[in-house]
Amino acid sequence: MTLLEALLFSAGYNAAVVALGCAGFGLAAGALGCFVLLRGRALIADAAAHATLPGVAGAFILAALAGWEVRSLPLLLAGAAATAAVAVLLVSGLTAGGRIRDDAAMALVLSIGFGTGVVLISVVQSLPVGGQAGLKGFILGQAAGMSAADARMIGLLAALALLLVTVMFRPLAALCFDREFAAAVGLPVRALDLALLGLMLAVTVAGLRAVGLILVVALMVIPAATARLLTERLEVMVPLAAAMGALAAWLGAGLSSALPGLPTGATITLVACTLFVAALLFAPRRGALAFAWRQAMLSLTVARDHALRVAFEAAESSPAAPLAWADLGRGAGWSAWQRALLPRWMEAAGWVTERAGQVALTPSGLALARDLTRRHRLWEHYMQAAGGLAPAAAHRAADEVEHTLPPEVTREAEAWLRRHDPARLAEGEVPPPGEAERTP
Amino acid sequence: MTEFLQLDLAPMLAATLACLVCGLVGNLLLLTRQSLLGDAISHSVLPGIVMGFWVSGSRAAAPLVAGAMLAAVAAALLIALVRRLTRLEPGAAMGVVFSGFFALGIVLIEVSGAHAVDLDVDCVLYGQLEALIWPAARGPGALLDAAALAEFPAEVTTLAVVLALTLLLLVLLWKELRLAAFDPDFAHAIGFAPRRLSLLVLVLVSVACVAAFWAVGSILVIAALVAPAAIARLLTNGYAAQFRLSAVAAVAMGAGGYWLAALAPGALGLGHGLNAAGMIAVLAGVLLAFAWLFGPFGRRGAARRATVAGHPAAAT
Amino acid sequence: MPVAPLPVPALTVQHLSVAYDKAPVLWDVSWTTPQAGLVAIVGPNGAGKSTLLKAVLGLVPRLSGEVRVFGLPFAEARARVGYLPQRASVDWDFPATALQVVAQGRYPRVGWFRPLPRAERERARAALAEVGMAEFAGRQIGQLSGGQQQRVFLARALALEADLYLMDEPFAGVDAATERAIVGVLQRLAGEGRTVIAVHHDLATAPQYFDHVLLLNVRAIAAGPMATTFTPENLARTYGGRLSLLERAVAAAQAGKRPAAPVP
Repeated sequence: MTLLEALLFSAGYNAAVVALGCAGFGLAAGALGCFVLLRGRALIADAAAHATLPGVAGAFILAALAGWEVRSLPLLLAGAAATAAVAVLLVSGLTAGGRIRDDAAMALVLSIGFGTGVVLISVVQSLPVGGQAGLKGFILGQAAGMSAADARMIGLLAALALLLVTVMFRPLAALCFDREFAAAVGLPVRALDLALLGLMLAVTVAGLRAVGLILVVALMVIPAATARLLTERLEVMVPLAAAMGALAAWLGAGLSSALPGLPTGATITLVACTLFVAALLFAPRRGALAFAWRQAMLSLTVARDHALRVAFEAAESSPAAPLAWADLGRGAGWSAWQRALLPRWMEAAGWVTERAGQVALTPSGLALARDLTRRHRLWEHYMQAAGGLAPAAAHRAADEVEHTLPPEVTREAEAWLRRHDPARLAEGEVPPPGEAERTP
Repeated sequence: MTEFLQLDLAPMLAATLACLVCGLVGNLLLLTRQSLLGDAISHSVLPGIVMGFWVSGSRAAAPLVAGAMLAAVAAALLIALVRRLTRLEPGAAMGVVFSGFFALGIVLIEVSGAHAVDLDVDCVLYGQLEALIWPAARGPGALLDAAALAEFPAEVTTLAVVLALTLLLLVLLWKELRLAAFDPDFAHAIGFAPRRLSLLVLVLVSVACVAAFWAVGSILVIAALVAPAAIARLLTNGYAAQFRLSAVAAVAMGAGGYWLAALAPGALGLGHGLNAAGMIAVLAGVLLAFAWLFGPFGRRGAARRATVAGHPAAAT
Repeated sequence: MPVAPLPVPALTVQHLSVAYDKAPVLWDVSWTTPQAGLVAIVGPNGAGKSTLLKAVLGLVPRLSGEVRVFGLPFAEARARVGYLPQRASVDWDFPATALQVVAQGRYPRVGWFRPLPRAERERARAALAEVGMAEFAGRQIGQLSGGQQQRVFLARALALEADLYLMDEPFAGVDAATERAIVGVLQRLAGEGRTVIAVHHDLATAPQYFDHVLLLNVRAIAAGPMATTFTPENLARTYGGRLSLLERAVAAAQAGKRPAAPVP
């Protein structure tokens, strides 16, 4: 079976149903994951997932002893859900004494639960029935051996969880946004928390067969975190995370059935991680590159503004004096890379012209410089008059904020000055320099 | 006796030493409320271990430790970056990073062909205590026979060296580690660099995870890290006693768990051995339950605290 | 042992600005302490009082500004500075005895990698006795009352034998007897020519306990001798409304440099 066949559902009915089942699980996990993430339940979900192993193995042993069908998925998943619920209870029980904190309680329940499962699996190995090998699929996921009936059951469970998430979207959003507020407006927050926990267990159990108990939490957390990088709004975040979860599950399941030996859970997680890393780097607002770009642009703009102001002030005091790039750079405190970049940029933008090493402001450069100087002095005066800052401090404080101020704040400051200290502000003019600048 | 030496001595020693190394280091995590860091590191070192194994082609300790430390530091940095950019709570950022690293490790095992040699997914999940055999032991005399001792499983020797180094660091930095764990701000103010010390704890934990990897795998190592310290915490209020009791609990877990796994099948009439690494975790759970039920600071501690609620100490 | 009055101020802070995440916590604070005596830092909640101490100690990163301790950068004067953190900043459940905590004040004299010598342990015991806690030396710190815990912290600071003490709310949540005991210790320190800078919340007792004051509300509002500085006008300026436009402006400036705020 090639990857393409697996992805296009053309590798036979069974493979197609399995791919759809996995995608359905991814959809539900991504959507619910947003709430799990925002409510701070990611690691308890992980502990509960690890604690499903004794349930799965225990149910297998029970079935073998009772002579039932040991490969019955509903039975194994019911066992998984039971021990996962016990694990959640144990975490809160252990912390009750006050000595064991919740971080330690989660780590303990996770590892001891898993260890119990491992021992039970070694018991299973010695039972005189077949089908033991399938149990390992619950640990790291094994989409390849899944039957269509299993996939349909997973899809059904996922669809149910998705339906409930959709129905309870508003109350769940209120719960995650601000629990106290939700309680104050009369929402049943305890019941909602319990419902979230129940949904989390349902999705965890649904993912066991495809993704495996170790990485099932990854499919809840990673798509949600990816969506978080891309949007600020929960109404967008939830469907986005669901879509990415489905995509990761479908691609990952396809990859692992095309390349046997790759555990499905790890493959799906790596696909989800690839999406996450891409978002981490390239997200338009939150991404690392956008962040670095904004920082660089801000520092360039600040350096340009300083240089233009230096040029304006030089022209103000002695219009005929020649001006060189070195003077501008020194006055504005340019760093090495700014010295290399800014002259070209400022010339290309048409703010300055250079002839024989002499720099002169163009008319548009002059207008910009005038405006910048006006804003700077306005702020300086405002901070001295309203903030009671010392002149030197006002100069630096003005430097800090003026580059990023929205125009309406500038207008407000201007209006304030006009009311309180009109002497400092001549209408429409560049105000006189502050005290700090006159004594450099 | 010969059978014990050949089949049981090395795994029993490995289990005990692994629990001891992890249990001692785990105190530093538990007392600073960073148990989940142990969870994150134990998952994250896997790709480092696989790469070290892949590059060196052997179980030699140095490349594995180097790879694991690299992976642990990379994971710690990534967790910080993810927290900063996504503004997620630390638990979620950890979950994203460590599950990604773990998945990478699993896939690397499959694609690197490491599993064909000696390192497979089973080892990651269940440990490989049973594989540590000492066939050169042909009788009790082997314990004194240099030639036979030279063939003693290297994993056990590595664990012994790591334990010695861990003990040495714990003794040398006894007061510094306690200060940084209790009050890092004060430590910084008086010049006892708490950041360097917490980096050292990170390194110690990742070395412990690698050293214990062959014995208990990379998930059950969490039990070895957290359980001894948690058990001791329920039994004592003293700092030195905390370390002593956690060492006792670790030895009981390691040796007792292996012993139970080796003997219980015979008693229960099962034809197959039980998994020793899992049994160690189960025994840890049993010890923890006893400490919680009967220890002075477990369940009873909560009741006692409630009776002194009027006392000012209870307010903090 | 008395310390000769110093020719340089104990602490000089110039143009210190600190921001947590987005909001400025300290904005261009310039301040010089007197050469010795008890100095209170007073201001409303969120005024940056603790942050000022932490910025001096290098516990929080500074946006700008300079700190001099006895005329030197902090790192060079570290041995002469003592710190008393807020009681709530540590986990009192930690397995340690009162004496073990106080002994931490002797660590700088012992240095790295060495166990605490017996003589240093006795110095710590003496510091514990000085705050009236001698009989609690072996008690686990979680089983002490709030006032006793505060005394343990004070004893640890005393054990440092510093010339400049920075104390973060030494009177927070303590009983009357402890408050009197702490005042006694502070006055002895001042009498020996040392400087104590304490974050203080209680406006009623501030003029009684301290000689000097810094009124702080993000900016340094006023500083000087208690009698001339602790006036109703200055207090009104400190506790009154903040400069809303400036705050918004600074918030906008900071927001422009960082990723936007999260949804929830």
